[in-house]
Amino acid sequence: MNTAATDTADVQKEESMILQKAMISANYDALSTAHEEGKKISSTFVPGNLNELLMCFDFVRNLPEINALQAGMRKKSGGYIMEAERSGHSEDVCTYVKTDLGMMSKGQVGPNGKPLPTPDLLLLSYTGCFTFMKWFELVRDQYDCETAMLHVPYQADGKITENMRHFVVTQLKEHVIPTLERVSGVKFDIDRLREYLRESAKAEDDLVWVLQSAKNRPSPIDAYFGGVYYCGPIFTAFRGTRETTDYYRSLRVEVEDRLAKGLGPVTPEGTLEEERIRLVVEGPPNWTHFRDFWKMFYDEGVVVVASSYTKVGGVYDFGFRHDPDNPLETLADYCLGCYTNHSLPSRVDMLCNYMDEYQADGFLVNSIKSCNSFSAGQLLMLREIEERTGKPAGFIETDLVDPRYFSSANVKNRLESYFQMIEQKKARGQDRTAA
Amino acid sequence: MALEEIVEHCQNLYDDLDFSSVIRWKNAASGRKVIGHMPVYVPRELIHAAGMLPVGILGGGDQLDVIHGDAYYQSYICRIPRSTIELAVTGRLDVLDGMLFPSTCDVIRNLSGMWQLKFQDKFVRYVDVPQDFDLDVGGAFYTRELQQLRDDLAELSGNEITDEALNASISLYNENRQAISELYAYRSAQPWQAPTPEVYLLMRAGMLLPVDEHTSLIHDYIAAAKAIKRPVRDNCRVVVNGLFCEQPPLGLLKSIEMAGCYIVDDDFMLVARWLLKDVPTNGDPLRNLSHAFINYSVETSCKYVPTREAKGKFLIDSVRNSHAEGVIFSSPSFCDPALLDRPMLQKALTAQGISYTAFKFAENSGQMQPIREQAGTFADSIKLWSAA
Ligand code: SF4
Ligand code: SF4
Repeated sequence: MNTAATDTADVQKEESMILQKAMISANYDALSTAHEEGKKISSTFVPGNLNELLMCFDFVRNLPEINALQAGMRKKSGGYIMEAERSGHSEDVCTYVKTDLGMMSKGQVGPNGKPLPTPDLLLLSYTGCFTFMKWFELVRDQYDCETAMLHVPYQADGKITENMRHFVVTQLKEHVIPTLERVSGVKFDIDRLREYLRESAKAEDDLVWVLQSAKNRPSPIDAYFGGVYYCGPIFTAFRGTRETTDYYRSLRVEVEDRLAKGLGPVTPEGTLEEERIRLVVEGPPNWTHFRDFWKMFYDEGVVVVASSYTKVGGVYDFGFRHDPDNPLETLADYCLGCYTNHSLPSRVDMLCNYMDEYQADGFLVNSIKSCNSFSAGQLLMLREIEERTGKPAGFIETDLVDPRYFSSANVKNRLESYFQMIEQKKARGQDRTAA
Repeated sequence: MALEEIVEHCQNLYDDLDFSSVIRWKNAASGRKVIGHMPVYVPRELIHAAGMLPVGILGGGDQLDVIHGDAYYQSYICRIPRSTIELAVTGRLDVLDGMLFPSTCDVIRNLSGMWQLKFQDKFVRYVDVPQDFDLDVGGAFYTRELQQLRDDLAELSGNEITDEALNASISLYNENRQAISELYAYRSAQPWQAPTPEVYLLMRAGMLLPVDEHTSLIHDYIAAAKAIKRPVRDNCRVVVNGLFCEQPPLGLLKSIEMAGCYIVDDDFMLVARWLLKDVPTNGDPLRNLSHAFINYSVETSCKYVPTREAKGKFLIDSVRNSHAEGVIFSSPSFCDPALLDRPMLQKALTAQGISYTAFKFAENSGQMQPIREQAGTFADSIKLWSAA
């Protein structure tokens, strides 16, 4: 598929991507110098992260998953994983964990080339993934610092019960907030929390608008490869800040402009000119070959119009917004609502809804070797969604950050035959309509 | 009953992939219902108090041909969910009126959703347990979860679950736990008299039989074992760890013992040993069960350990209390909980000067030679060190 870019050596980036890059580097710099400046550092996971709460205590926020992802993109994760395996970690377990541990034993150098200091607090928001709990114990073993644990119950029956919400809120009140106060030396101010939550909600409105812009034809965004960038700030250390609100406002303006001009998504090689296939994708992307992986799609005119991965750090497109009037309850609902904390039937419903609302031609699973939370049950989900929607489903296997599990030729072959199958099915559908 | 008869009875139960004993129990009176549960822990007392039979579903072992199950799982996911699905789609679990899925790991958690999708007419519940061990926080949450489960089970069974009925069930399970403690103490004291493959089969029988019947069987076994004298071998004493969910083939346990290791403690069928003391049989039974969970339950990879210092302590205590000389980590392939935990447990053992060895297995592993060799080398090294 041709794209508008003429010079492929220059990777095309949207303005918002540049803005985001600056935010991320500033955060890494803040982490590197935090202790010199007398600030405290917290480490926490993406799903169910309590960014607004941590900001109330002036913590600089570190997210090990993002470090692992960054290491994957910078082709360093392979070495870190081998390092962790050499020190006794099994080849079978989640590679995010091993990247983090390997990175630690290699001096914990951040993407800015400077060592990331030891955190003062580990906050485990145990949301949607069992492995987080073990990862947290492993990191705690290395750091010997203060820890706080928040158990977020699983939405097994597709709903948040009063008992679940109450449990999370009580843990926040009784354990998490007192620990944050003790470690930071800052007293909790609920009005400060409300302010941050108010900002979060504004950014969430704009994010949802951007994600839902993919309902248009052509879609002005790619909601998977582009989507992971769009979700970056809100899923990580920035939700609740003014700069994040500004980021999402400028992203929205950018996308509104593309939409008005009838443009497709921006790819690393420029604007996609012709949208041939619209897909819904389930599962995280691969980071070690992110660009090559994406190219396999845009070269064929394939646009991802909705994805589950962009809901892993919060599901906003079914109405949830952080609510400043109920600050602790809203944090509980946010944690409980993250994508992998949903039951399989809810996940299937959500994906079928996307297939329908975003008029997708197919459903693709990128099954991640590392991730039982996402992957266990995906084959049944796939059959179920195929059956309910009547649209062809495809299945590929890769890993997040272990380059040994990304076989380019294999993935490309599978994708190509899958895309052909979709085209054929679409052509048959058109024939029938014409006849 | 003679020892051979008891062991044969348990072996027959173990071999029977059609759950005939459960079918017989169910058909013996009208209106009886059966609830299956996966490892690691569910409060079976509630099922019992509703007049239903709790049945442990532990996968298909090495005798089941998994034909359909593999189509549900990628190659990098452990075996137990696929053989469990195989049991279900081949109709072998039709006898069950419902299934409980404990919060063991993401695979079992997601299996609960697969059950909801595939077997829509069946009762399915996910049993969340607290990872916050404050009685007023995690304990209160769990008590309310138990209340919900009590209501749901009562509705399914058509029997109200009264406090009296629940306390009576707790009492029966206390007796069962006491019998199991006695069995474990006996094996630890004289492991040649109660070989682990036999103890394992006895414990497996407890996943199928009514609780009182199982308690009697254990008493009978201990009495029968005491009545005979078996040869003492020059084996070393080990604790095995990692068998809490996917089950080892029986051959694996036999291989470890044949290689020169007496297993003197283990972590299989934890549901039957989860609570380490008797649960009070008066007062509010749900509160009592919840408090027991918070205050005196086992440590395993599925449970959070709140402090760095406490990590591994439970295993070290098990080594010390059973006078073991080493630990064999036997973990299912692709088992995140067991395999992520292992390095931390190994570190804790090293700090105490306790030796260990580690390997992986699958429920359908056929080739035991490498395991036998590894266990044998481990046994030899222990003997060498203790002789030095
Ligand atoms: S198992 Fe999946 S969700 Fe959990 S830490 Fe690993 S990649 Fe993340
Ligand atoms: S064997 Fe391990 S990963 Fe598999 S279901 Fe059991 S606990 Fe989960």
